[in-house]
Amino acid sequence: MKRGWFLRTHTFLVYVFLYAPIAILVLFSFNKTSQTAVWQGLTLEWYRNLMHDELILVSVRNSLVVGVATTVIATVIGTLAALALGRFEFRGKGMTKNLLYLPIIIPEIVIGAALVTFFGAARLRLSILTVVIAHVVFSISYVTIVVRARLSGFDRSLEEAALDLGARPVQTFFRVTLPLILPGIVSGALLVFTVSIDDYVITSFVAGVGSTTLPLQIYSMLKVGVTPEVNAVSTLLLAVTVVLIVVAQRLQQPPPERSEG
Amino acid sequence: MIAEGKSSERAPYLLALPTWLVLGGFFLLPLFVLFLISFGQRATYGGLKPIDDLWTYVASGKVLAQYARSFHGIYLQIFWRSIWMAVVTTGLCLLVSYPVAYYIAVVAPERRRNLLLGLVVIPFWTSFLIRTYAWMFILRTEGLANKLLMASGLTSKPLELLYNDFSVLLGLVYGELPFMILPLYASLEKLDLSLLEASADLGAPRQSTFWRVTVPMTMPGIVAGIILVFVPSLGQFIVSDLLGGAKTILAGNLIQNQFAVARNKPFGAAIAFELTAAVLLLLFVYALYTKRKGQDVLL
Repeated sequence: MKRGWFLRTHTFLVYVFLYAPIAILVLFSFNKTSQTAVWQGLTLEWYRNLMHDELILVSVRNSLVVGVATTVIATVIGTLAALALGRFEFRGKGMTKNLLYLPIIIPEIVIGAALVTFFGAARLRLSILTVVIAHVVFSISYVTIVVRARLSGFDRSLEEAALDLGARPVQTFFRVTLPLILPGIVSGALLVFTVSIDDYVITSFVAGVGSTTLPLQIYSMLKVGVTPEVNAVSTLLLAVTVVLIVVAQRLQQPPPERSEG
Repeated sequence: MIAEGKSSERAPYLLALPTWLVLGGFFLLPLFVLFLISFGQRATYGGLKPIDDLWTYVASGKVLAQYARSFHGIYLQIFWRSIWMAVVTTGLCLLVSYPVAYYIAVVAPERRRNLLLGLVVIPFWTSFLIRTYAWMFILRTEGLANKLLMASGLTSKPLELLYNDFSVLLGLVYGELPFMILPLYASLEKLDLSLLEASADLGAPRQSTFWRVTVPMTMPGIVAGIILVFVPSLGQFIVSDLLGGAKTILAGNLIQNQFAVARNKPFGAAIAFELTAAVLLLLFVYALYTKRKGQDVLL
């Protein structure tokens, strides 16, 4: 089959295109020389250097603080919004949906510019706090989308059964609804953490002195010059995000059919 | 039951309230402030020039001075350039992605489908910055690409592979590719294969089946992919900054520059709103399109 052959080769080449640059970057983070285009054998020297680089360590700590705080706040708020959209008909539902679309569709650079201008006008000093606020703003929508998808995927008759059997709405929520949508919530939370520790554009506007996050640190390093340490720290960040994404993806798979018994 | 009815009337509002508070206070309000500032003037040392009399200010036309300025000379060139780059990026992504999405959704054996799809999802979510840096690492003068070119004898001295339109386009296509493959896959997956068989049985050649059945049936995915690639390409900042250097300024770099370097917030704000208006216009057209097709996008 000629067409099958073309499609398979083309797809294979596109996957090579997608992954080869990342693979090269990772490979050279273990390269013995800082003359980075020639392979000289394996080393962990660049990773060891990272452990002693004060600026990197501070930025990693900042990124973790921002990532965790953003994840907790955005997951709660986004899940509540998903419940409102998924379980109720109300006036303003369409408006709420549109509001949640906006942070995804307005260019990041515009959000960053708006926030830094606003923080300036409100006399709010740029700090970890302003970074967290900015990250929560662009994260809520992701949680709502993922949890909303999970809510529409499950059988409402389970909730109705609980109510029919005399459970109060609050009980029904905590004993039936929440366990069923929990994978969606966890998945949304992991995605938020990923997006938060990866964000560069918006953070570059709203981070101040002392609130530099890891992507900002990487950016300023590679603006000065490409070094093997940049490859090493990029590899670590990639490894963390890939693990989080794979777990998040697994959790988003539809729940397996319950077997009777 | 009456009391419960009342509480469930209030429930959705209580559930949506935190979202409205956060996005109202820290998103809509900041956008509004930025919008107001776009009508102002830069003071000598950055910041805003105070307006003595609003009426004379408006009547003198100064109120729209930033917008007027942005449609002149070099700025107009930057806009056209941004639009052109975004159009080429979108076109290339569509050309490259359609066969890939088709292979994953239709041709590939079922058991491999999840793996193939997962391999597209991972770059979709991983750091755009690092993925762009990977190309910077490969294309720079002492990089791997030049080493290979020189070793193969194609060139005797390193080429300037970075800081030109080629490297920016390469970076954009590389970065945005997953955003095109995923929506295309989603609509190809729903494609009813028996329609293709029917078309073939009725004697249609493969090509005309593709153009007259497959493409029209997957148009929602094509349109979604075009939007998902075109919109972020238009506001791009990282790729043009890292792979384009100072030579390839796009609208995103211009905005960033007004806030970080030139300290001309009113002008930066005006350009930001022109970009936003362009994006919203596109999405409005898209919303009309999907409404006609009777489908809800994400929520």
